[in-house]
Amino acid sequence: MAEAALKTSTTEARLARLALPEGGWTAAARKDAKARVEAMGLPDRRDEYWKYTHPDTLTQADAVPAALFHNDEAPLFGEIDRIRIVFVDGVFDAEASDDLVGEGLAIERLAEQSADIHWARDLYGALEARGQSPVERPLAALNTAYATDGVLIHVTGKASKPVSLHYQHRDETSDAILHHVIKVDAGAELTLLETGPAAARFNKVMEVDIADTGVFHHVRAQGRDHERRAATHIFTRLGSESTFKSFTLTANGVLTRNECIIELTGDDAIAHVAGACVGDGDFHHDDTVFITHDAVNCESRQVFKKVLRNGATGVFQGKILVQPGAQKTDGYQISQSLLLDDDSQFLAKPELEIYADDVACSHGSTSGAIDETALFYLRSRGVPRAQATDLLTLAFLAEAVDEIEDEALREEIVDRLAGWLERHRK
Amino acid sequence: MLSIKNLQVKLEEEDKEILKGVDLEIEAGKVHAIMGPNGSGKSTLSYVLSGKDGYEVTGGSADLEGEDVLDMEPEERAAAGLFLAFQYPVEIPGVGNMTFLRTAVNAQRKARGEEEMSAADFLKAVRARAKELKIDADMLKRPVNVGFSGGEKKRNEILQMAMLEPKMCILDETDSGLDVDAMKLVAEGVNALRNEGRGFLVITHYQRLLDHIKPDVVHIMADGKIVKTGGPELALEVENNGYGNILAEVA
Repeated sequence: MAEAALKTSTTEARLARLALPEGGWTAAARKDAKARVEAMGLPDRRDEYWKYTHPDTLTQADAVPAALFHNDEAPLFGEIDRIRIVFVDGVFDAEASDDLVGEGLAIERLAEQSADIHWARDLYGALEARGQSPVERPLAALNTAYATDGVLIHVTGKASKPVSLHYQHRDETSDAILHHVIKVDAGAELTLLETGPAAARFNKVMEVDIADTGVFHHVRAQGRDHERRAATHIFTRLGSESTFKSFTLTANGVLTRNECIIELTGDDAIAHVAGACVGDGDFHHDDTVFITHDAVNCESRQVFKKVLRNGATGVFQGKILVQPGAQKTDGYQISQSLLLDDDSQFLAKPELEIYADDVACSHGSTSGAIDETALFYLRSRGVPRAQATDLLTLAFLAEAVDEIEDEALREEIVDRLAGWLERHRK
Repeated sequence: MLSIKNLQVKLEEEDKEILKGVDLEIEAGKVHAIMGPNGSGKSTLSYVLSGKDGYEVTGGSADLEGEDVLDMEPEERAAAGLFLAFQYPVEIPGVGNMTFLRTAVNAQRKARGEEEMSAADFLKAVRARAKELKIDADMLKRPVNVGFSGGEKKRNEILQMAMLEPKMCILDETDSGLDVDAMKLVAEGVNALRNEGRGFLVITHYQRLLDHIKPDVVHIMADGKIVKTGGPELALEVENNGYGNILAEVA
């Protein structure tokens, strides 16, 4: 009883700090989401689903301040011709952003929604609500109710260039909530890029609805030695012969919880979700994935690699659910960590739940140290220990990074990882 | 060039003495071969010289051009000019052969205070060496030793040797796992690198490698010591009569 009361008071305190945007075509979805989050209550450490990650700083009334972050690295994706959209502490920055126009797509802002019917009305909060079962995700419902801005992207053809979302942080106590909705039409294609620490506390939801034969590529880089705390959710539904590929690089960040909830609802669909993370010190990173196969002959891959040092913690919770009738499912899940010292830890909970009888599903999870034999081999050729360790670390991360199809993007991510490893050498 | 005096080594974990006083002098431009039965300490000698963990030097010294190599980290030994061609080259998934080679070449140059090699110069050099060693360009693009045949792995070792241009090359049972054709190719590579300023220590079980890499001096090692030293004819004697007679003679 006392626990329930505590949960209620935490939820009330958090919601009291937020204002429910009124009017517009999101009103009904927001009202519904608010009721859901109130009923669920925000998570606490007693929830099984949050067993390995303490959500306190994500749910408490105010954000823990995060010092502003300065580094002299060139902005990621800077060399790529793209439509750049900038949010500073969760607020759209028109001056720093490009015009929201591009061939094959229409981009609007959530905060500028009209009062009338909109294409996103049937999607906003819909995939998030579907994703609440069988596991509750109250932080996502909170987002749907209280999101202050975000982008609505309707992809109608093959987008002529990627859309790139840049999240900047200028206020040490900022507490940003963004909600993006992406609708990929049949045969349409988009690459979405995301980068930057965003805010002291960041709550983001992205809903992606991919019609038959649609293609969506997603590459994001977050953290970058920032003190921020973040909870992000991607909810995706895939039609027949469609493709969803998402890669995330996380380089530090005090607390990061990335959830990805994927439904393969059309035959022959493909969903790949991958992550490479490098963490140092008080870093805590959690990848939580739930993939539902609900159609025939679909393929899913989860490839997560974490490098942890100086007491950092990595978490992976990944599940493949194969519904009855989802025959010829090909599901692959691998989560591995490289622990560079005895103080760091990796907590993994890989799961398969299969109700079809003609499927190929595999999963594996390992934790290990640097291979001393390989290290000696490199050193015997003149490569100093620290550099050799970095080489082997990059090699360990390669399987996840290789999930990025675009070579230029892949190279940028590898460069960024190499730079981080060099900066964080002991 | 390489001067080993009364070198004594034991295995750290087992507290077992492996080398019991090895003495060896290898001059620049000379090829020395060490032969000996299994367990005589040949590979241990190569590992200790290159700085592998797990061995404790309990006595003696090993100097390369007057510098004590036993005091150096493995990478420092490499930069000083020591190279070990491994009996079993390590597979390193995810690290490209070219990336690895360029990193090694430039790390050594940096350690010696030399200018790093540009990407273009490196590419030109590695392609030329690969061609000489009949190494397929595809092999350079693959991860280090991953999926390589035994012969390819050994040729890759010789390619590394050619690119790093060491002063002292140690070949640890380079003939193991090779057919005659592969062995010839590897030997040709080694012979191409022979010059007046470079010394070689070829560790082998069998005489057949020495048909292709003609040694100047042959040593027989047994029970952690060099028990006999002679010319190339000593290898032929082993080939014909085994180690029995020699070991009985020195017992």
